[in-house]
Order: sequence, then structure tokens, then C-alpha cells
Amino acid sequence: MKDTTAQAKNKISFKITPARGILLVLGLLSICLIVYRLINGLGVTTNLNDQWPWGLWIFIDLAAIALAGCGFSIAVITHVFHIKKFKPLTRRALLLSFLLYIVALLILFIEIGRWDNFYTPIYSFAFTSPLYEVFMCIVLYFLMQAIELLDISIERFNPPARSKISKIMPVVVIIACLLPFGHQASLGAMYLGMPQKLSAIWSSAFLPWSFLINSFFAGLAVVVLEYHFFSKHYRQPKDNAMMTGLTRVIAVIMLGYFVLKIIDLAARGAFGLVFDGSLEGNMFLLEMVIGVIIPIIFGLSSLVKKTSGQIFMATFVVIGLLLSRFNVIFVGMIKTLGNSYVPSWIEIAVIPGLFALAIFIYLFAVENLPIFQAANREYDAFAGREKHAGYEVVSK
Amino acid sequence: MTEANTNRGVLFDVKQCIGCGSCTVACKLWNDLGYEKPDVAGNAHGFDVELTDKNWTIVTYNREKDANGKDVLRFLKNQCMHCKEPACISVCFAHALYIDENGAVVCDPAKCAGCRYCMIACPYSVPKYEWDKVFPSIQKCQMCDSKIAAGEATSCSAVCPTGALTFGDRDELLALAKKKIAADPSYVNHVYGETEGGGTRWLYISDVPFEKLGLPINVPNTPINDYLHGYLKYTPVVFLGGGALFAALSIYTKRRAKVAGHGEGDE
Ligand code: SF4
Ligand code: SF4
Ligand code: SF4
Repeated sequence: MKDTTAQAKNKISFKITPARGILLVLGLLSICLIVYRLINGLGVTTNLNDQWPWGLWIFIDLAAIALAGCGFSIAVITHVFHIKKFKPLTRRALLLSFLLYIVALLILFIEIGRWDNFYTPIYSFAFTSPLYEVFMCIVLYFLMQAIELLDISIERFNPPARSKISKIMPVVVIIACLLPFGHQASLGAMYLGMPQKLSAIWSSAFLPWSFLINSFFAGLAVVVLEYHFFSKHYRQPKDNAMMTGLTRVIAVIMLGYFVLKIIDLAARGAFGLVFDGSLEGNMFLLEMVIGVIIPIIFGLSSLVKKTSGQIFMATFVVIGLLLSRFNVIFVGMIKTLGNSYVPSWIEIAVIPGLFALAIFIYLFAVENLPIFQAANREYDAFAGREKHAGYEVVSK
Repeated sequence: MTEANTNRGVLFDVKQCIGCGSCTVACKLWNDLGYEKPDVAGNAHGFDVELTDKNWTIVTYNREKDANGKDVLRFLKNQCMHCKEPACISVCFAHALYIDENGAVVCDPAKCAGCRYCMIACPYSVPKYEWDKVFPSIQKCQMCDSKIAAGEATSCSAVCPTGALTFGDRDELLALAKKKIAADPSYVNHVYGETEGGGTRWLYISDVPFEKLGLPINVPNTPINDYLHGYLKYTPVVFLGGGALFAALSIYTKRRAKVAGHGEGDE
């Protein structure tokens, strides 16, 4: 690590700029609201009711976890298939995913009505419940990611000690690649439990696999956005060819996803519902056109050779993912549950701060841990170039 | 009433119910439930009733036409159906819900983490939440389990003045229901609850169509558990098979890369 400036010494450095101050204030605001919620209960703080027991927080949870798919999708590509080209993204995706899980777990903690009982499911062994699988996989996966980040911290602060942990790392990595297959799919499986309530457009035995696949490619899209935004922010050299490659991978997986979706609808004879002009049908079309068809066309064209094209495509993929979760949680249930739910201001206000906090931790982490450096080493090794001279800490 | 019978239930005969609401009052008294504020559409009895944490059972009013096309008032008592294979139990990730030794589906608040999955997964939307509490519990009809444990009928069926509610062994109630239907052609030829969701312990017969009374008729006959199991059975395959596959692939692709001359350490 002699080639870095900020990390030359074993010192932690982090400058608080006005922008970062705002992130921090937003984060603290959220924490205040969280405390308020924990003290006062769900009824006082949310508009959830007996008709709509699940609302905005469940949506944010499902969306954040799906987008946190970046952790396992990149890990599978680089650790299982050892596709070298994408190795520079491994640590960035890991960090990003870890932070999204922190957001998801925090929201989950205030979402459950009995936060004092949050641990009881751990030893319930409720194997008939998809939510049990979700819960256990997320907790274990979070642990695995923490170990991986610990390994990176040891590399930074006490390199010789790394040999102690390095023996278990391959196992940790494989387990971490595997667990999300369980919980991403199980999140969809939760909705198998209400076949007569969820609109037939989504209610299908394919739903778990649909959730799994779209979290996989949407996770990759999140990486594209992160790569462009923060590489620019830190004036890192960008590898455009790698990003074009990644968008191509996304497009190909999405093509498969699209075909499977069509087969699923056709097999269940649910096509009529899509085109009947109903709210459900139209929202599904929106989800497919914006979130799937447009990105596929983009991803397979030459438009993604340019940064702007890549960003455009990735943004649509992420919007499409949000729509897909929104449709299952809200749109698909409206007919049976009615329209008695609109989120309260607290439910809404708690969210931005949590993401602000995640960004804050991200900035701190990349400035103090070898997240980008390792990335550059991988990049150099692959491209056979000279070593880059670390990154500069920019203050805005 | 045989002891240790986990197959007890109640038969509700819509045709015999006069809508007096005695059952709802009995339920509140026995279970010490209290009343909703008048401005909440949650009175136990009246035109706008809804199941809530305080209303474990309600009686709804429905203006319908009977078999002869005559205008009639028909009432429906709602409460937990005490399914034979309850969706609420299958989905509960804390094992807080269970079928107790008397055959009642009950909730242990000490285990409940409050995810409210049971509320949304119950085909009849029965479990309700104590939204006004800081540490709320799931609330619903417990089939008066302490009463039936003592060999008594449930409070609601015990007070019913017309015999619209009959408490007993589910198999015997089912036979009774079928006998009533056979003897009186004005009944709809279906015992609601015989097959719904894999069968419920509470059964309904009626002379007006069940959907007109607000009972969901699209509840699949397959228990919800089967839907979940259709997915969950793959979990061991995904983890064990996937683990082996990933480990093998990881070693293989890494070696191939090394052989190809791009060798490097693992991350
Ligand atoms: S009616 Fe609902 S709450 Fe009652 S046992 Fe069945 S699934 Fe559970
Ligand atoms: S709310 Fe409680 S009883 Fe209902 S599914 Fe969740 S943990 Fe189980
Ligand atoms: S069985 Fe008991 S708890 Fe259930 S509705 Fe009747 S009186 Fe209420």
C-alpha cells in the first residue's frame, strides 16, 4: 500500500465537508424518528391498519434487499466463475450490498411490531415459513459480508494478521454466494401464501424465481450506477469496456427473464389480464416496458458503449425493479385489500436519512479501506498496465 | 364431548340466525375484550362492523333474496375459521401461532415478533393487530380454548338462543350439516368449510349464496402450506446442490485461469 497517500500511515482520515454534514444530519434525523417509533408503537407512527398490515416499509425493505443483490451477483461472477474482467468490482459491490442490508435490517427492526422479540424467530425453526428462510439467510449473509469486510480491514490495518483469517475466506465467500439464492427467492415465495389475494398477474409458482433473477440483474445495474458516480466523484480512472461488458451481461440475463415471464403468463393463461386495461394490467405493462424491454434494447445496442447509455440503461433497470416490487406489494393487492392505506409522514421521513447514512458510511469506508485500491490492482493485473497512484480524497 | 379431541368445531346455520348478536356480546364478556370507540367502524354489532383486535367475532347484516325470491335479512357470524391446516401457522416465522391441545388455533404473544404475515396470509383476513399498543399482539378468536378444554361449548355457541350455532365434533357437525341440506332443498348444496383451504373446523350452511354474505369463495381447496412447500422443498437442493456446484465451479474456473497464465491469489 505504499502507493497511496491517505493510507500511507495507519491512520484513519475523513474530512467532514458541508455535503457530508448534511448527510449526517439527515441520518441523525432518521435515528430520532426510529427512536420515536420504537417508543410509541406502530399505530401512532404509521398509517398501517388491519386491512393493510404491510406498507411502505415493507416495500423499501424488499427493494433494498433486491438492490443489495449486487453483492451476490458480482461475487458469483468473480468468485465462482472467476471472470477476471469484473474483479475490480468485487469489493465495491460487497460494500454497497452490505450497506443496503444495514438499511434493510434497520427498517425491518422498526417494521416488526414487537422489536423486543426480534430474536425469537432465530430458534423457532419455522421451516414452513418463507419468511423464516428470508430472516435466517439475511442474518447469516450479513455476518458473512461482515467477515469479508473484516478481512479487508485487516489487510489495511494489520496485513500480517490476514493469514489467520485467510484460511476460512474461501468458505465464507462460497456461503455468501449461496445464501442470497435462498432469501431473494424466498422474498417472492412469501407471496405464494396469498394465492387468492394477489392478482393472478403476479401470483405464480414462478414468483420466487422471478424475484431471484431480477435481484441478480438489478444488483448489477446498481453496480453500474455506483461505478460511474463514485469513480467520477473520486476521479478514478474508468474502464468503459468493462462497463459495456457488464451492461451486456445484464441485457442477456434480462432477455432470459423476459422470456420466462412470458412463458409463465402464457402457461397460466393470464395474458388476458395483462391487456384488459385494468390498473393491474397497465402497471404490469409499465413494469415490463420500462424495466425490462427498454433496458434490453439499450443493452444489446451500441448505445451502452457510452457512459451515458450505460447510466440510462442501469437507471431504467433499477426503476423496473422498484416497480416490480411495488406492483406485488401494492398494486396486486389493491383489489382485495382496498385503498385504505397511504403512508404517514413518519413512514416516509425516516427513509432518506437511512440512505444518507449509508452513503456517509460508504464514503468513510472507501477513503479508509482498500476498496478502490484493490480494485485498481485487479484492473492493472488484468489490463497489464502500470499501477495507478491510489486515489485522491476529494472534498466537495 | 370426548376429552382431548382436537377435531372440534362449530356449525353455523345462516338460515337459523336472527342476528341478535348475543354471540358477540358473550365473546366480549368471556374474553374480556372491551369495546371500540363509537366513531370507529368497529362496533361488535351494527351495520358497519369489522373484525378488530377487540372484535373477535362480528355479525354482519345482508339484505338478500332467498330461494323463493323473497326479500330476507341474512346474518353472518365471522370469526377465526380454525382451519385444519392454517395458513397463519404455516407462514408464522416465529412459531408463535399453533394448534393447541384442544384443537384451537392460538397465538403465543411471547414469541410473536409482530411481522403481521399471518394477517395478510390468512385467507379470511382474521388475525388483527393491537395498533394502539407499543408492544402489540395478534388478536383473534381462540375458540374459547380454556372452555372447550373443560368440556364446555364455546361462549358464543352456548348463548345462541336459536340453535344457529352448534358446537361439537367436526365430523359429526359435517354429517349434521349434510343431513340438514338433504332435508331442506332451500339450502345451498355446499357446506362452507368442508374443503376450503384444506378444510376448516368452523362450518357454514346457508340458503343464500355464501359470496352474498361476504365469505370469500375463491379460497383454494389446497392448503396454503402446499403452495409454500412447492417452493420450500427446493431449499435443501439449492443450498446443498448449489454449494457443491459453486465450490466445484470456483475451483475449476480458478484453475483454468491459472493454466491459462493469468494466475493470481484468491480475493
Ligand atoms: S381462519 Fe385465518 S387465522 Fe383462523 S386458523 Fe385459518 S388461517 Fe388462521
Ligand atoms: S405477526 Fe406474530 S403471529 Fe403473526 S406471523 Fe408474525 S410472528 Fe407469527
Ligand atoms: S369461540 Fe370464543 S373466542 Fe371465538 S368467537 Fe366464539 S366466544 Fe369468541
